[in-house]
Amino acid sequence: MTSVELDALRLSLEVAARSVAFSLPPAVVVAWILTRARFPGRMLFDAFVHLPLVLPPVAVGYALLLLLGARAPLGAWLRAHFGIQLPFTTAGAALATAVMTFPLMVRAMRLSLEGIDAGLEAAARTLGAGPLDRFFSITLPLMLPGILAGAVTAFAAGLGEFGAVITFAANIPGVTRTLPLALYTAMQSPDGEAVALRLAILSFMLGLTGLLAVELLVRGVRRRLGR
Amino acid sequence: MLRVSVVKRRPGFTLAAAFAAPTPGVIGLFGRSGSGKSTLIDTIAGLLPPDEGEVQLAASVLTDTRSGIAVPPERRRIGYVFQDSRLFPHLSVAGNLRYGEKRARSIFHYIRFEELLELLGLGPLLERRPHELSGGERQPQLLLLDEPLASLDLARREEVLPYLERLRDWLSIPMVYVSHQFEEVLRLATYLVLLENGRVLAAGPVGEMSLRPELRTVLAPDLVGAVLDGLVTAVDAAGGTVELAVGSGRLQVSLRDVAAGARVRVQLLARDIILATQPVHSLSVRNALRGTVVEITPEEAASVLVRVDVGGPVLLARITEAARRALGLSPGDAVWVLVKAVSTRGHAFRLFGAPARAS
Repeated sequence: MTSVELDALRLSLEVAARSVAFSLPPAVVVAWILTRARFPGRMLFDAFVHLPLVLPPVAVGYALLLLLGARAPLGAWLRAHFGIQLPFTTAGAALATAVMTFPLMVRAMRLSLEGIDAGLEAAARTLGAGPLDRFFSITLPLMLPGILAGAVTAFAAGLGEFGAVITFAANIPGVTRTLPLALYTAMQSPDGEAVALRLAILSFMLGLTGLLAVELLVRGVRRRLGR
Repeated sequence: MLRVSVVKRRPGFTLAAAFAAPTPGVIGLFGRSGSGKSTLIDTIAGLLPPDEGEVQLAASVLTDTRSGIAVPPERRRIGYVFQDSRLFPHLSVAGNLRYGEKRARSIFHYIRFEELLELLGLGPLLERRPHELSGGERQPQLLLLDEPLASLDLARREEVLPYLERLRDWLSIPMVYVSHQFEEVLRLATYLVLLENGRVLAAGPVGEMSLRPELRTVLAPDLVGAVLDGLVTAVDAAGGTVELAVGSGRLQVSLRDVAAGARVRVQLLARDIILATQPVHSLSVRNALRGTVVEITPEEAASVLVRVDVGGPVLLARITEAARRALGLSPGDAVWVLVKAVSTRGHAFRLFGAPARAS
């Protein structure tokens, strides 16, 4: 592998990992809200969470630019107060990836959360467990398979996020040029065919490894829970 | 006193139940499947908020929809045995037991943890035994048992029932016991709440309830009969009977393993009781009590249920309409009530810490 591929691979792993770190805590909360809470507008909220699944990724990237761009109110505020700049940075690429993979993560968590017998939480209540205690002692451990599956799925999908990343964070070598962006760039250049093929194979193998990892993890945890 | 008065509407079913039962004691919630027993016990637990109503235990108001009081279940200091298994799958056996121990420690002030483990056959699964814990102010104030024996086979049931009896006798904690098995209710309950279609058909002390016509709508005809709580006054071990003081009367019943002074409960099945208008002699029947006919209620199948006051306690006797006519029975008539001593077999239970004779 050449430095182009290694750079792209390292960057993809970093972006995917940071995106998972970004989205994991809110995804747990959102999955819990969508499964357990009843409030007006829940369906709308549900649809909003799943929007990145159906929107063109470029549109998501563009929306992020409109919201967090250098001249956008939120973006300007973040820079002025925290010195945080998101567009055209690795962190920005991770954020765009996080937004795109968020619904995948929430879906996996929701599935496992829906599988939890609500009676167990009721039993915990009668034993004196308050809401937080219950969440951490019963709900969270039982949704662990979903959390793991969601995280690994999101990580694997995040390795390949293209549209939202290139729109929001651009295609900067060593900063935001992840595997798919490097692949695209190589395809655009006249003598990049060999590089493109190697990058494509790399992506393919990464994806397969990710999916197998999900399956094995979920099986392992399920066995421990006896389900 | 446990006061419950709740309304809970669900699609196709409305629970509108009210009762006030003395505590401590075991309140039996009895009724057919689907009569609303579990829904009612869940409103008492606080797991199911009622649409309207109140739940009050002694001086503490647990639920009052009018003043917006709804103590969450985790702060009601209740123990709840669910009908279905609710073991936490991510915890070991010990972890499951300790989950409650950690949060409501003082129950083990009353129940020795070792004893519980022994009963459940769990001892070998635990690596070490817990130390005794001192009771704090967090002791449970109410135990709810929703058909706790439903998932057990008959042999296991017989093992656990005496343990429940001991719980009842040792703890002065009020219990609510849900069952659709009359035998369980008969063995454990002091007060009976009869549910049907989400409503309380009748409620009262078990003895009183055994005479109520409402109970007969739920109970199989063969299980109808007066329930009497009595004191063992004499034991005839060779004869296989004991003498029981019931009200002002004396009753010979076939009962083993009880000592004089024990308090027992017997049910005299209506189908086993014979009525006579004159004293009879030279019969094998051990009990002949003088009584007065209080009421005669026709039943299906051309039989009548005769209520007889035997000087305090009231008994029920089922005879055929033909027999009633032949005897010319009507309310106010004096009769002799004949009860075979063995009639009570299988329906005699130790009651309230009655000392069992070691066998």
